[in-house]
Amino acid sequence: MKEEYDIIVVGAGPAGSIAARYAAQNGAFVLVLEKDRDVGYPVRCGEAISREGLEAFIKPDKRWINAEITKFGFVAPNGKKVVINLGKVEGYMLERRIFDYELAKTASVAGAEILTRAYVNDLIKENGKVAGVKFEFRGEQKQIKCKIVIGADGVESRVGRWAGLETHIDFRDMESCFQVTASNVKCDQDALFFYFGKEVAPEGYFWVFPKGKGTANIGLGVSGGVGKKRSALSYLNNNLENFFPTANILTQVAGGVPSVVALEKMAAPGIMLVGDAARQVNPLSGGGISSGMIGASIAGRLAAQSIKNNDLNYINNYHKEWKKLRGKKHDFLDKIKDGLFNFTDEQFNNLIESMLKLPEKKRTVGRFFMIALKNKPSLLKEIAKVFVV
Amino acid sequence: MLSYLPIQLIPILPIKMNYRQAKTGKLLIDILPNKCDFCGCCVGVCPEDAIELKEAEIYIIDPRCTNCAKCIWSCPIEVIKFNKEGVLEK
Ligand SMILES: Cc1cc2nc3c(=O)[nH]c(=O)nc-3n(C[C@H](O)[C@H](O)[C@H](O)COP(=O)(O)OP(=O)(O)OC[C@H]3O[C@@H](n4cnc5c(N)ncnc54)[C@H](O)[C@@H]3O)c2cc1C
Ligand code: SF4
Ligand code: SF4
Repeated sequence: MKEEYDIIVVGAGPAGSIAARYAAQNGAFVLVLEKDRDVGYPVRCGEAISREGLEAFIKPDKRWINAEITKFGFVAPNGKKVVINLGKVEGYMLERRIFDYELAKTASVAGAEILTRAYVNDLIKENGKVAGVKFEFRGEQKQIKCKIVIGADGVESRVGRWAGLETHIDFRDMESCFQVTASNVKCDQDALFFYFGKEVAPEGYFWVFPKGKGTANIGLGVSGGVGKKRSALSYLNNNLENFFPTANILTQVAGGVPSVVALEKMAAPGIMLVGDAARQVNPLSGGGISSGMIGASIAGRLAAQSIKNNDLNYINNYHKEWKKLRGKKHDFLDKIKDGLFNFTDEQFNNLIESMLKLPEKKRTVGRFFMIALKNKPSLLKEIAKVFVV
Repeated sequence: MLSYLPIQLIPILPIKMNYRQAKTGKLLIDILPNKCDFCGCCVGVCPEDAIELKEAEIYIIDPRCTNCAKCIWSCPIEVIKFNKEGVLEK
């Protein structure tokens, strides 16, 4: 470990590793601090990712791919389901225990150092700018200076707050989740299934994602507004009993998804936030691996370039680049989410019914959301732009 | 009760109190660390940055807490409760 680094990344999830990799590749000295003993564990994630989103950052490898996704399924509150065939492999199911570690390895190979069991608990500030971090490591309080801190500390991010960024999430926008990985589950090994309904997962959805060999990630998220009355765990227990009574539970985990559009301000002097910490999650699906990696790749590159050019204000381009690549799309997905959250069970039933009436070839994910928002004509044109090919 | 507190906060608490002190008076929130999964939902929604969450350790920073209960509402498990008076249970 050096006395000083160009860039310190807090958190070694997918966003942290990608930020570190891009920063190191662009010539910066990078240190990653991770509070947990190991990178990649525990896995608080459904582990689904789009093909495009994955392949932009790492070549798919059989060692950490559990299933190839060619279909989407939606299940209505009345039990009717519609399956949308995507025609080819459009997504993957990851084994994040290995995947996160492999991503961290790419950062390390690019030159970044990684320190686990390092719990960051404060920032060093100098002349109104973030200038390093303070952290606890093996029972000792330490500090290291740097030019730029990249906060990749996930949904529980506090690094941004310490720098004065407004990052706290309204409790209604926090999807409170619980998931089990279980065996002896009868499900298509090439399809992601989403269940909707007030009984199943109000203001959220219940998912069944294949993990190979008859195993699956089965979980759900409900909004904080729902969680106020009943916990995610109790909804999940109910669903397991109703849909998968013979499932053998292998692991279980709680988690949170910030289902909002990204922060208005993701950077301040000497600091940038990436991934869940910047709320870069797809607000409709809750998928945050690929969009977090996109945000992190922009931030890592800009941070290193700003150091190289000796112009720390250069990081202010972050927001603009994010807006261009993801921001507009997320604004729009957030609107669809608001629409879906307000659906009654009857509306969900009708939606699936209308999909079932279409010939199989015409059943696309875009059309699903298009029908979903039939009542909101103002959004139709935008939907067409994003989904309909 | 005091076992949840970070050592450095203990001296600023008045001694002989029935309740731990929150920003707004007595502290009604309690996290039950043995039930916690350390997922971070509560930390993300806490408006006061009043929750400390390490790898497998969690506690409330009492002087910051306002008893707003948002952490309870967002918790996927029933881990945080109003204590003593049992005001709220999910
Ligand atoms: C139940 C559930 C299901 C999900 N399903 C999917 C899915 O199917 N597909 C998908 O794309 N996304 C999914 N997501 C979202 C996805 O998991 C996250 O968006 C993604 O992990 C975010 O990556 P990240 O690197 O930003 O943060 P994380 O992966 O959360 O990493 C943050 C890291 O920072 C560390 N850290 C935090 N604080 C500190 C500190 N103070 N000091 C040092 N280290 C710290 C943490 O230990 C952690 O390792 C799901 C989320 C949940 C909860
Ligand atoms: S009650 Fe409110 S202020 Fe106190 S810890 Fe919970 S969310 Fe934070
Ligand atoms: S939300 Fe609940 S389970 Fe998650 S860290 Fe907070 S208290 Fe623990």
